[in-house]
Amino acid sequence: MLDDFLVRAGLAAVGLSLATGPLGAFVVWRRMAYFGDATAHAAVLGVALALAIDLPIGLGTLVVALAMAVTVAGLSARGWAMDTTLGVLAHSALAFGLVAVSFFPTVRTDLSAYLFGDILAVSKAELGLVWLGSLAVLALLVWRWSALLTSTLSEDLAHAAGLRPDRERLVLVVALALVVAVALKIVGALLIAAMLIIPAAAARSLARTPEAMAGLAVLIGAIAGLGGLGLSLWQDTPTGPSIVVMATGLFAVGALVRRA
Amino acid sequence: MSSLIAADRICVRFGEDEVLHDVSLQISPGEIVTILGPNGSGKSTLLRALLGIVPVAEGRILRQAGLRVGYVPQRLTIDRTMPITVRRFLSLPVRVTDAEADAALVRVGMAGHGQDQMIALSGGQLQRVLLARALLGKPQVLMLDEPTQGLDQPGEAAFYRLIEQVRRETGAAVLMVSHDLHVVMAASDRVICLNGHICCEGTPRVVSTAPEYRALFGLGTQGALALYRHEHDHEHRPEDGHHHHPHDHGHHHA
Repeated sequence: MLDDFLVRAGLAAVGLSLATGPLGAFVVWRRMAYFGDATAHAAVLGVALALAIDLPIGLGTLVVALAMAVTVAGLSARGWAMDTTLGVLAHSALAFGLVAVSFFPTVRTDLSAYLFGDILAVSKAELGLVWLGSLAVLALLVWRWSALLTSTLSEDLAHAAGLRPDRERLVLVVALALVVAVALKIVGALLIAAMLIIPAAAARSLARTPEAMAGLAVLIGAIAGLGGLGLSLWQDTPTGPSIVVMATGLFAVGALVRRA
Repeated sequence: MSSLIAADRICVRFGEDEVLHDVSLQISPGEIVTILGPNGSGKSTLLRALLGIVPVAEGRILRQAGLRVGYVPQRLTIDRTMPITVRRFLSLPVRVTDAEADAALVRVGMAGHGQDQMIALSGGQLQRVLLARALLGKPQVLMLDEPTQGLDQPGEAAFYRLIEQVRRETGAAVLMVSHDLHVVMAASDRVICLNGHICCEGTPRVVSTAPEYRALFGLGTQGALALYRHEHDHEHRPEDGHHHHPHDHGHHHA
């Protein structure tokens, strides 16, 4: 069954949404959209690094994304003007990454795979990594759920309850870096943040509790993944953007359902 | 140690700014203490230092071992993107049973609101839910940071009566911060006036004994509010290093 590239692609999309659903909910609640962008864009720099020192691409991405996420989290804790700082970091990471990658001629031809994803070319090993990474993120979030949610609502309430909001922030940073490493192959660096935000935003209008919103975001992400795959096959469109287009469609439907 | 929680000559600094200087304070079981002071006087910081949110630069915070503290923050702004019911909120971070949650909502006068969305609550309702959540931890000390901010006077009086009732029923000590320099909760055992340091301490004058005040505060408050008269018995000599604290906080418009 796994020999069929379509089955692998479908499973990869569903696996990824297990992580992007709940993590995306936190990205939306904590207004970390730009933060997600900065981390995701750093992935391209990670690709260049991995090629330069002959590391697996996933590992290079993970390391650079983690470094970026920790840097940004550190700066925001020190009260920098986050909008500007994130803008500088996000776009420069992308630009430096693209310039660095262009030094490797073999990748140059394949650059769009890193920018927009190449889910149809997911190998069995990569599929395994997607599921491993996504389940790790999911397990991390489930484990810390109550503390994360309390810290998100109010850092003071969390403190007073004996929790450590700064530690919970770090949990999200690590989870974000993991998701970026996992999602690069599937939706590409430019649209990872979209996969975090759009399904969660679509779920918002339908949910009454945080848990329901996270669960619905998983469902919407999975449907968008499979639907985008279908769209891509049918119209020969790039798969990553097709998935995001489907997610946006579901978001619009959700908003209309809410209105009605 | 008979006090539940105490500050022993604490100083709190934010960078160069000394927000609290040489503040000592003890909370005994079952007493109601009101801290008041003008904006920027360090009231909230004192509360946050007692809670361990803000580190103290000098002095010590002494807490009875295993002390259970209930905290009602000054405000809780929930992002509109987060759907959360009152019932779910009450289980954060410690899960409570439905029976416990219902009982807590009944106690604060919010029975039947469990399925309401938090962002749909009015200011007064939100305060009551925050109080319910704090009570679920069976606190020995309840700390409230300007809980009546944004409430009208009858709302304020109703909230104070509720706190009084909670104290009567649970025996919890109450430490409350108030922004109002002159009108305090009548049930306060002690009032502490803070302006970077403790300016004066005293007891509130019960308003209900004075008809003219009762008229001023309307009939809806049922004696829940009282006046506090500041008696600053200490001079601020230049050599004590704190002559830069102007002591003009609101005494003129009394």
